[in-house]
Order: sequence, then structure tokens, then C-alpha cells
Amino acid sequence: MALQPFLTLAAILFGIGLFGALTKRNIIIVLISLELMLNAANINLVAFSHFLQTPNIAGQVFSLFTIVIGAAEVAVGLAILLAFFRAKNSADVKDVNLMKW
Amino acid sequence: MPELFGIPITGANIAFFVLALIILLSGVTVLMMDKLMHMAVALGGVFLGVAGIFILLGADFVGIVQIMIYAGAITILMVFALMLTQNGDETRTAQPHPTRTWLTLIFTVVFVGIIVIVLRSVQWPVSQNAIEPFTQPTVNLIAQALYHTYMIPFELVSLLLTAALVGAVLIARKEEE
Repeated sequence: MALQPFLTLAAILFGIGLFGALTKRNIIIVLISLELMLNAANINLVAFSHFLQTPNIAGQVFSLFTIVIGAAEVAVGLAILLAFFRAKNSADVKDVNLMKW
Repeated sequence: MPELFGIPITGANIAFFVLALIILLSGVTVLMMDKLMHMAVALGGVFLGVAGIFILLGADFVGIVQIMIYAGAITILMVFALMLTQNGDETRTAQPHPTRTWLTLIFTVVFVGIIVIVLRSVQWPVSQNAIEPFTQPTVNLIAQALYHTYMIPFELVSLLLTAALVGAVLIARKEEE
């Protein structure tokens, strides 16, 4: 196994997540796409931790931190989504303009 | 060693291509499905495939954590949020303008293509003993790194989790009159 296939897979997964985050109108799908991009970054971290000339565990520790931050982000994001849905009865990105002036 | 398109057929290679296929097909399914619930199931497929990639890379602890947190908790959270806010059909909300979608698709493909070309052209200084790079079990190494080198980040992350938990409960709570 070489390093490049893993990096290529991560790049394509990041592209899928980026496309979803930019085009979808539903807030939950935008959150899901963000999670896909975070996962792509994690694949990169673990692959480099495995393949570097002096293999280093720091990559895996960093991916653990990323997973924790991602979980916190999803919890807060979904809480905001629920509060927003209760206020406006909609889950559309277009309707999120309460703080725009 | 038998070869297929110049790639030696080994167990690790077969596992990588099967996992990559699962991840990419599920990822495309997440964006293509009309029913939001099917989307959430495909999302579980992506997370499990990424966990398989981690285990293939020798990061068994990170793989297990990925299954527990992403495939378990986050997918279920997404399903709950979907059931609380949707009527089960995405087509109800208006779609963006098709021209915009196509422009974004072209931009994304060019972006990923540039990244992949650069990845291919760089000579990465990879190790020679990449099959078993770590002499100790990774759980031992992670524990040592987490509780010695990264002690303060670890504590900060626990603080952040507490703040996120309290904040999520506070925001999602029904406001009293």
C-alpha cells in the first residue's frame, strides 16, 4: 500500500462534502456534508501518521481531537436547528436570516 | 504476485478498494437521495467505511472510536433531528437554481482534480516498513501521548465538551413564558 491512494480517497470525499455543503438547501444536509469533510481530514491525519518516515502517533491523537470537536459541533448545530425550526417552522438555509440586516 | 492494471492483488489492496467503493458510493448516495431517511442510512455507510480505512491503516483505536461516535451517536442524532423537523421529503423545499448547481459541480471537480494532480506529482517521503510502523500497540501509544504530551489540550477538550453539552441543552430547550 502507498500513501497516495488514501490521500486521493480523502480528497474525493472532501469534494463530495464540499459540493453538498454548497448546493443543498436543507440545514441538516449541510451539517451532514460538514461531517463528511471532517472525516476526509481524519483520513489524511491517520494516513500520514501511518506512512511517515518516523511513524508518529500524534496524527491519531489529532484525529481523536477532531472527532470530539465534530461531535460537539453536531450537538450545538442540531440544537440551533431545533430552536430555529420551532421559531420559523422551516429547515431551509434561505430562511436563516434572523441576524442579517 | 498476480497483478491487475499494474496493482498487485493483495489482501490490503482489495480491502482498500472495497472500502473506497463503499465510502464513495455512500457519499454520492447521501447527496442524491430524495428521502431524508435513506440519506441518513447512507451516511452510516460512509462512517463505517471510514472506520474500516482507519483499521486498515493500523489505527484500530481510532477506528473503534469512529464507529462509536460517528456511526453510532452522530447518525442517530441526525435521524432524530430529521424526524423532528421534516416531513420525510426533501423535494418539499425549493431546490437551488440548476445553473448554480452545475457551476458548483464544475468548481468542485476542478478543485478535487487539482488536489489529486498535486498529490500524484509530489514525492512523499514515506517509510519503508509501512506495514507495521508502530512497535507497541497503538492504544498504549495514544494513552501515553494523550496523558503526557497532550495533557492540556485533553483537558481543554473536556471543557469544550461540557460547554457544548450545556449550550446544546440550553439552546434546544423550550423557552418558558
